[in-house]
Amino acid sequence: MHVVVCIKQVPDSAQIRVHPVTNTIMRQGVPAIVNPYDLFALEEALRLKDRLGGKVTLLCMGPPQAEDALRKCLSFGADDAVLVTDRAFAGADTLATSYALSCAIRAIGRSLPVDLVFTGKQTIDGDTAQVGPGIAKRLGLQLLTYVSRIADVDPAGRSIRVERRAEGGVQVLQTTLPALVTMLENTNEMRFASLEDMVESARRPVHKWNKDAAGIDDPAKIGLKGSPTVVSKVFGPPPRAERCELETADEASVNDAALAVVAKVFARAPLLERDLAARALA
Amino acid sequence: MSEDTAPKRPAGRAGRNTELPEHLKSFKGVWVFVEHDRGRAHTVSWELIGEGRKLADSLGVPLAGVLLGGPGEPLDAFAADAFAYGADHCYVVRDPVLAGYRNDPFTRVLTGLVQRYQPEIVLLGATTMGRDLAGSVATTLQTGLTADCTELKIDGATRALAATRPTFGGSLLCTIMTLAVRPQMATVRPRVMRMPARDDARRGEIVDVSSRLAEDDVVTKLLDFIPDAATDAINLAYADVIVAGGKGLRHAENFRLVRELARVLGGEVGATRPVAQAGWVEAERQVGQTGKTVRPRLYIAAGISGAVQHRVGMEGADVIVAINSDPNAPIFGFAHYGIVGDALRVLPALTEAFRDHLAQRARRAA
Repeated sequence: MHVVVCIKQVPDSAQIRVHPVTNTIMRQGVPAIVNPYDLFALEEALRLKDRLGGKVTLLCMGPPQAEDALRKCLSFGADDAVLVTDRAFAGADTLATSYALSCAIRAIGRSLPVDLVFTGKQTIDGDTAQVGPGIAKRLGLQLLTYVSRIADVDPAGRSIRVERRAEGGVQVLQTTLPALVTMLENTNEMRFASLEDMVESARRPVHKWNKDAAGIDDPAKIGLKGSPTVVSKVFGPPPRAERCELETADEASVNDAALAVVAKVFARAPLLERDLAARALA
Repeated sequence: MSEDTAPKRPAGRAGRNTELPEHLKSFKGVWVFVEHDRGRAHTVSWELIGEGRKLADSLGVPLAGVLLGGPGEPLDAFAADAFAYGADHCYVVRDPVLAGYRNDPFTRVLTGLVQRYQPEIVLLGATTMGRDLAGSVATTLQTGLTADCTELKIDGATRALAATRPTFGGSLLCTIMTLAVRPQMATVRPRVMRMPARDDARRGEIVDVSSRLAEDDVVTKLLDFIPDAATDAINLAYADVIVAGGKGLRHAENFRLVRELARVLGGEVGATRPVAQAGWVEAERQVGQTGKTVRPRLYIAAGISGAVQHRVGMEGADVIVAINSDPNAPIFGFAHYGIVGDALRVLPALTEAFRDHLAQRARRAA
């Protein structure tokens, strides 16, 4: 089995702050992490390797410092790592990103054919969940998104059976390899990397590919030029026209404040008051 | 592309063409993919029909629903619903291969419909089905797709779809347009848009389209569907009262105060991302950009600062009450009523006040 796991280095969005006056992102000091959703994909790929043997290749597109994310993932037990990095990729939207990654996966497959591609369900910075489906379409892979469980992989029979999260239940899907799987979160628990693993991964090579090495055959399809979407405006959320009516609740005034708010809520929403009272009675 | 034509408007950054080519100007109309599964349409479809109606009116073009499904599925009834909510016509494709969602046949059929009928805008719900399908169709058509939009408008200058969505983990909003390619595609999460009013007298035209799919051409097989146990279903998105807690409650055990108020109001319990990640409540209770979008009649936020990523998930609530010890917390910038104080002290008082008020009101009604 040859499994390619796509990962992304992202800013830890829990720690992003917006400048209150200029509405710009304050990046200073925000740590870069492996997109947390991708770790579920990586762990699943490593489990397949544990069970069936084979190779796990990591693939990442990003600036040169994304090498750190790849090394982190190497320390968990991946075999090889490719960083697709080139200024020409800058400004890529999801369409241009999926094109670049699909070219790189094709290039990876030239030395050893790829059976499965794994991605996380989405990234925490873009949150689009569009790149996985995009890669699958471009490479003609069977697409399995939001997978909650890999029930069976049969390398000889070239088939895979999974459970896929849908509204109100899970679909059980069976398809043929090669396929692309986007893993749902909390479907497995990432293994620990030992100190030796971490030291060892620091010595392993991370292949850095520019656009030519990544096998980009149409430069018009990458970066800003290859991106049909245009960001026309970035802005902070607008304040509400109506001002919030504030009560102050210290030890003495807490009950009055509560009564005042209850009265105001129901004065504004009399139908809600009627319905909740009926529910309280029942 | 020829370089020798008459002077154009300045190209976009990095030589990017932002002008709509002549041959794409014939793309007209707004489409909504009507999502359904196992006999039920997803209400996000009607929310999108309501939003699509406004876009179509602003462009002066028709609004169409798109329904794909098996011959045994009630597609005509879904089309009637789409008309009642505002669609002018529905493209309906009935094929045994389309019974139960699978990416490949749905992608092929929707892509084919777009190529044949050439809509300028295609909207889908940001569900596991809609996101799966939208990404595949947009890639096949090589067009722009904007995920999880919170606002859709027509840009006056370009007649393009201006799709606004949270960015950078929900710290800011950005407006995205697809200028030089058609169709323009966008997904919207359930409950982000208001449910439109229903008019059962409204009629529309059903356009039946044949698909000529063969099951043998579809590699992926749907073997089974395992429904979630009813007890697992936390219906936060459609709850009419939500009491939510944040890290301001300090300890997991203090969450009982939130549960108690929710119980008195017959509502659901919600939480912020840090609280859900800390495991104080089930992940399904997370409200916000990476959790659920909710639109209750009453939302009570206790110990929640009101970060944008939380705000985009709940600001559609009819009435928002916020409790926070910091008078400058962002949540007071968009709540209707606020109580400045310690949530651990305020919650029991508020629970008591609601309980007494509702009991009195119920006695009067009885």
